[in-house]
Amino acid sequence: MMPSGNKQFIISRLSGGRRIREALALVSGRLVLILINALALLIFCGLLWKAAPLFGIISVSDWLFSSSWHPMKNQFGLFPFIVGTVSVTLLAMIIAVPVCLGAAIYLSEYAGRRFREIARWLIDILAGIPSVIYGLCGVLVIVPFVAFLGELMGSTTTGYSLLAGGLVLAVMVIPFIISISVEVLRMVPDPLRECALALGATRWETVKYVVLKKAKRGLLAAVVLGFARAFGETMAVLMVVGNVAQVPVSLFDPAYPLPALIANNYGEVMSIPLYDAALMSAALILMLVVGAFSLTAHYTLLKIGETVDS
Amino acid sequence: MNPKRNREEKLFRILMVAALVLVFASLAGIILVVAMKGLASLNLSMIIETPKGGYYLGKEGGIANAIVGSLYLVTGATILAFLISLPVALALQKEYIGRRAAAITRLVLDILWGTPSIVYGAFGFVIMVYLGIRASLLGGIIVLTLLMIPIMARAMDEAVRLVPFELKEMAYAMGATRVETTLAVVFRQALPGICTGVILAFGRGIGDAASILFTAGYTDEIPTSLMDPVASLPLAVFFQAGTPVPEVQARAFAAALILLAIVIIVNLIARLLGWRFSKHIVR
Repeated sequence: MMPSGNKQFIISRLSGGRRIREALALVSGRLVLILINALALLIFCGLLWKAAPLFGIISVSDWLFSSSWHPMKNQFGLFPFIVGTVSVTLLAMIIAVPVCLGAAIYLSEYAGRRFREIARWLIDILAGIPSVIYGLCGVLVIVPFVAFLGELMGSTTTGYSLLAGGLVLAVMVIPFIISISVEVLRMVPDPLRECALALGATRWETVKYVVLKKAKRGLLAAVVLGFARAFGETMAVLMVVGNVAQVPVSLFDPAYPLPALIANNYGEVMSIPLYDAALMSAALILMLVVGAFSLTAHYTLLKIGETVDS
Repeated sequence: MNPKRNREEKLFRILMVAALVLVFASLAGIILVVAMKGLASLNLSMIIETPKGGYYLGKEGGIANAIVGSLYLVTGATILAFLISLPVALALQKEYIGRRAAAITRLVLDILWGTPSIVYGAFGFVIMVYLGIRASLLGGIIVLTLLMIPIMARAMDEAVRLVPFELKEMAYAMGATRVETTLAVVFRQALPGICTGVILAFGRGIGDAASILFTAGYTDEIPTSLMDPVASLPLAVFFQAGTPVPEVQARAFAAALILLAIVIIVNLIARLLGWRFSKHIVR
């Protein structure tokens, strides 16, 4: 039905001005596309180039698995920061995923169309709130709450902790995951639901045995994208997580995620030669991990598109 | 119906409603907290004055520098990002480019879309050091442009893809070239989506702090040239929240309220435009 590629279009038959315009547009179209792809490559290579000097000094295993972070002595073990990022992100996901699934299933399967539209709009607003505002509210509400909780549990904490970071991050990614999940759930064709209902299944059973089965991969993709989002989040986490370079052992310990490390130290990098490279290597880790996660997610998302169509 | 099945149905329905209520409560909570704390320290001089001597110790002044700075930064970046994103979205149509190349470009855009803004900030700083630019309005605009391109291009691409191919075929059947069809038919049809994309990117850009943390700098003056450092609202919130003086901390909420109001208004405009323009669209 539609011509694939551009073989059907013959420019040479066009006259003067139209031909020039057409050719110009084609060339510039190609150019912008090349530019975009080159840009991604440039960002990656730029970070790699700046991070490279680090590996002349320390080994990869020291870089990833050593806990000694002493820039003055040329020791750049990122382990505490990697653990900080991973644990704060995992914590956020553990809190966020059940809430997201519940809310998304309700919006997709139970709510009426009108309510769903309004709810999605509100969730869009929540998703658009700048991260500094989340951080600010976190400092005001969540940090004292966590400090109070820590006191109840008998551990001394300022409240600026892994748990506070996880909570703030969870609130931030929830709207993001919900809106993808609702979209995924809506992609499941209605006749499937009708079949289950006609067989006498309750609504929840329809969801459990039919809709969730069909949407499994897409929902996983939504969670993975949410993870990627949370992994690189900087300002909100930075404001509540405490920023102490140690491996956190309890929920009430402060942590120091990679993005916070970059944000806090970038101003002073010029004074110590390899510091710059170490921070760039942290940015590189962020980009690689997030890139890998989004790749996986889009791959699985694409897959669900195919199965639902058939 | 079997009581056990009925109970399960009810239990899960309650859990789901609870989850949804929790989400809306957090939205309401954030807006209420920011509005109440912000209104307490918001007044006219906050909006129209720049910080005076001793502002950061609780003396007089306002954050006009940050408001104007943010608008400069994001307006500049929105224009630049638009100039790059629109051709990208239009060139991704299947008449211009093969399926494989289009898929790869979309994937790259998706990866860029997800790349954390702190990475853009770090990369932007590297580029600026390389080119010898100090933290400035120009640097901030460049980095924000990079951040906004994938958001805008992907949103526009979705809008362009929704234009029915039959419509384009009619134009082609009348002898129109690809450019003529793109400009006269596709662009008009996709206009609401394109506007939404632009506004969406604007909203994301104005709230982003991590990318401009070391590329735009911070100053109490309103910049007069592209090479001047520039203040911004998200950083005004961040820096004021970090000071030990309670009056200044309270002003962080005033700055946050202004920022939040801008973001929500931008979101509303995007919605309204979406409804308004879509009246004359063929689906």
